[in-house]
Amino acid sequence: MFEVRLHGRGGQGVVTAAELLSVAAFDEGRHAQAFPSFGSERTGAPVASFCRIDEREIRLREPIVDPDALIIQDPTLFHSVDVFAGLKDGGYLLVNSTKTLAELGISDVAERLPPGHALCLPATEIALRHIGRPLPNAALLGGFAALTGRVGLAAVLKAIRARFAGRVGEANAAAAEEAFTLMQKEVAPC
Amino acid sequence: MLKQIEGSQGMAEAIALCRPQVICAYPITPQTHIVEGLGAMVKDGRLQGCEYINVESEFGAMSVAIGASAGGARAYTATASQGLLFMAEAVYNAAGLGLPIVMTLGNRAIGAPINIWNDHSDAMALKDAGWIQLYAETNQEAADLHIQAFRIAEELSCPVMVCVDGFILTHAFERIDLPTQEEVDRFLPPYVPVQQLDPDNPYSIGAMVGPEAFTEVRYLGHQKHIDALEVIPRVADEFRAAFGREAGGLIRPYRLEGAETVLVALGSINGTIKDVVDAERERGVKAGAISICSFRPFPLAELNEALSGAKRVVCIEKSLSPGLGGVLASNLRMALRGHAVPVYTVIAGLGGRPILRSGIAGVIEAAGRDALDDITFLDLNRSAVEGQLTRAAGLRESGPIAENLLKALNPGLVHRVSPRRAGE
Repeated sequence: MFEVRLHGRGGQGVVTAAELLSVAAFDEGRHAQAFPSFGSERTGAPVASFCRIDEREIRLREPIVDPDALIIQDPTLFHSVDVFAGLKDGGYLLVNSTKTLAELGISDVAERLPPGHALCLPATEIALRHIGRPLPNAALLGGFAALTGRVGLAAVLKAIRARFAGRVGEANAAAAEEAFTLMQKEVAPC
Repeated sequence: MLKQIEGSQGMAEAIALCRPQVICAYPITPQTHIVEGLGAMVKDGRLQGCEYINVESEFGAMSVAIGASAGGARAYTATASQGLLFMAEAVYNAAGLGLPIVMTLGNRAIGAPINIWNDHSDAMALKDAGWIQLYAETNQEAADLHIQAFRIAEELSCPVMVCVDGFILTHAFERIDLPTQEEVDRFLPPYVPVQQLDPDNPYSIGAMVGPEAFTEVRYLGHQKHIDALEVIPRVADEFRAAFGREAGGLIRPYRLEGAETVLVALGSINGTIKDVVDAERERGVKAGAISICSFRPFPLAELNEALSGAKRVVCIEKSLSPGLGGVLASNLRMALRGHAVPVYTVIAGLGGRPILRSGIAGVIEAAGRDALDDITFLDLNRSAVEGQLTRAAGLRESGPIAENLLKALNPGLVHRVSPRRAGE
């Protein structure tokens, strides 16, 4: 089982991102379960969502306590939420930021992970260019596909287009594609 | 067709396949996306022959469902939490009148304190209203149970409540295999009412019944539930034959062979419990589980038989009967009368508190040492409770309990605790 926890703020599409990831994994023939941190979601409030991916039926209903991967949509959460709680030693970390991990002050977290498992992605900037709104989730899913290889870009793009019709879907898909390409360069050994 | 879909939307599609003729709902919180999805399907024509009625309250929702069902229509509604309590009088009426309404309950806690999260307090509050109560373990089962619910309700002329864990299932995306319209049509024939208000052949439904016949009406309502003990497993068998998968039935035992400690629970927590049972078995601990699908009627005989070999039974309960403890445990003790099997209650998951595998494993471990109390509150924050008890013992005007607890847990929060002694 591969467990992904996503942290962001209400309005950033944190829940949608987990749902899209589950749809992409399902499309590749696997079992997937996505669910939000249950609460009264308000714009700007810290929100978490979860996605489990497995080759067999997923029966477990607890929140993801020890994630294999973390997607952080908003690094300002570092100050208020223990977003890194339980992250496995062999896990992955993807942060939406134009800064480096060192500049964000989380080198210590990254150093616990294998080389190349922790990356920053300017997902909001990519989103602004393609979608015109600061909605980083599609770009982060593209980046996640490149970083972890747990789900293919094609399935991510298909899930995005199935959720958002027409122009919005294409813009989000383009953001995911750009993020994927960018991340692939960083993940690939130089 | 397999779909990766939100539980509520999957249920909406399954309900639409049942060809409901009247759907009435009060579509604001506490509610699920189910009626929203159904409303969209009626509007865009995917669900034909159905009138969707926006009502002014949950009391209105159930009242309209009663009217529609008495008028001969297949009627459906959904609610949760406070919404169920607000319609409580009409919920009893639906059962008392013998109207086969199907209602989804997206299980949530009941205030006060205000809480929108999952537990089973709402369903338990109306367990004696005369409705059949079926609990879904997964979203696949939630979808499938609705298809069975209309069959069961209409065969018995008794309303059925499909209980689905709020948020944990209703808001979760997972795979659901949705049948075709033709498959559902073969399984679920059109509704033929046993009583119908008809202007051309006028009679009344809902007479005043005095002491001379009230007991007999209630007896017959009870008899429907006894009959349901036969109908529910038969419909589940027919469902398996028609759709090729398990859903519904009275109870679902899991790894009971040689099980010494058996966990019993309702709803989605059974998935987590099964994972824990597997892990315990791996370690050589003889644990097993039973998922109760039909809580009303309560399958006394089936539970008696399934649990006869157990050394102890632990009910993981998402509700509390203050002053008693666990409702499920007290019901189970009736099923186990004659057996010297201790039945313990573990109150867990109240108001949405996550139930973790580690917590359940701890319960199994304590049970194995025969160290469980009659009632255990899983993961209870003892120091918070003690703090409040101390505060209340030392100060008459100790203020509101919920606010005091929140303040103790989050010292940064500012709550005006006591009007006169806020500095205390």
